[in-house]
Amino acid sequence: MLQKDILVIGAGPAGLAASIEAGKLGASVLLVDLNMQPGGQLFKQIHKFFGSSAHRSGTRGYDIGKQLLTEANEANVEIWMQSTVIGIFPGNKIAIEKGFDDGKKEIITLQANKIIIATGASENAIRFKGWTTPGVMGAGAAQTMINVNHVKPGQKIVMLGTGNVGLIVSYQLMQAGCDVVTLVDAAPKIGGYAVHAAKICRAGVPIRLQHTIIEAIKGTDGCVSGCVIAKVDEHFQPIPGTEETIDCDTITLAAGLKPTMDLVKLAGCELTYNGVFGGYIPLHNERMETSCKGVYVAGDTTGVEEANTALEEGKIAGISAAEDLGLISSETAGQYRKEIWERLHALRLGPFGEKRMVEKEAIMKQYKEKIGAPEPIL
Amino acid sequence: MCLRVDNHVILDCKHPNKEVEISVDGKPIRAYEGEPILAAVLNAGIKINRYTVKRKEPRGLFCGIGQCTDCAMVVDGKANVRTCITPVKAGMVIKTQNGLSKGA
Repeated sequence: MLQKDILVIGAGPAGLAASIEAGKLGASVLLVDLNMQPGGQLFKQIHKFFGSSAHRSGTRGYDIGKQLLTEANEANVEIWMQSTVIGIFPGNKIAIEKGFDDGKKEIITLQANKIIIATGASENAIRFKGWTTPGVMGAGAAQTMINVNHVKPGQKIVMLGTGNVGLIVSYQLMQAGCDVVTLVDAAPKIGGYAVHAAKICRAGVPIRLQHTIIEAIKGTDGCVSGCVIAKVDEHFQPIPGTEETIDCDTITLAAGLKPTMDLVKLAGCELTYNGVFGGYIPLHNERMETSCKGVYVAGDTTGVEEANTALEEGKIAGISAAEDLGLISSETAGQYRKEIWERLHALRLGPFGEKRMVEKEAIMKQYKEKIGAPEPIL
Repeated sequence: MCLRVDNHVILDCKHPNKEVEISVDGKPIRAYEGEPILAAVLNAGIKINRYTVKRKEPRGLFCGIGQCTDCAMVVDGKANVRTCITPVKAGMVIKTQNGLSKGA
């Protein structure tokens, strides 16, 4: 059976950062991901990142992605794409299905001393009449199409949601040449940053607050030909008589994300529910270790945030795994982690960030009380 | 119909690979080798990838990252191919998937 020091699952910012840190410290690292290309969602982030220079502010997401791939190569990280983890067994034995859907797939089994799960998050769907009609899609799906594949998902777009994803993707759809008709949000206030909302307003695109989509209209071709929106009351219920029909061929949903828990559950990690972080997440400590000994988590899997926090958490997971392999002294690892936590605190500031910092600390406190010391995978 | 993004303010949208021909339900379309099948199909204006098993409802691009399976099509006789994470090869024969397309 194939043998690796560390298996990292998910080649987004968290998984790449974890692999690079562990690889630099001398661990044999295998990084697997089911997608065609590594980088996770970084390559569709064509906007410049915020934050301090320590977090590469002013750099576009895809440039950070390119740099991470170079660093992973230099750290001798082995990357397998089109590879899906389909089993995690006692003794850290792993089953991986490798290959494209249209070809012959092989099942590879391996043993990894340590496992880092960085499987990210998936978009929430909003259900209204006709929501499964072709032309209704996740905002992230539309963003992948324009920014990575360079194909427009449609011509006339209605965006549901005014969080940062809704605002940024709306603007990027315009940059790609789409006509964004309007943004709709049931909340009374715009959810995302004013700087992103201002770009939408300057482009003359109306943002309808306290409105929601109540129906996607199906055209004769079976695809979206419009939508019906309505004003909502203070309980977010549509108010009869306020319906309005809008012509569009695409409806994009930006209603938040939830952590992808499949493999965390498969490993048997203890979970906790946390609304601020988007749903169920694995309990973890400040070393990013879960309730399962030798199983670490990082990035959106530990609660939905953003690429910079994912990178920092990934580094911690990589360092902790290397420490537990005896590749770095506990003192040095502790010092690295302290520096990274300081940077994470700097990222978790402001009205949005502070809530996350408080919740992170509560999760770690819960870990201490409930788990104490992690146990091997059962 | 062409939905390719060009003249982008930030991105260089010139595809590095060569253009090839594939067919969708018998109709030839142009595609770039290595791009997701879904991108090529969408560019040709085809938004329906499959019909559901029981109610025969159309489905198309929804998640774009291999998780939802709504973009599954029959590729070279093989059903349930997630076209958003499967790259184009020259000469591929692609069909809209009906239900499970058993024996397709």
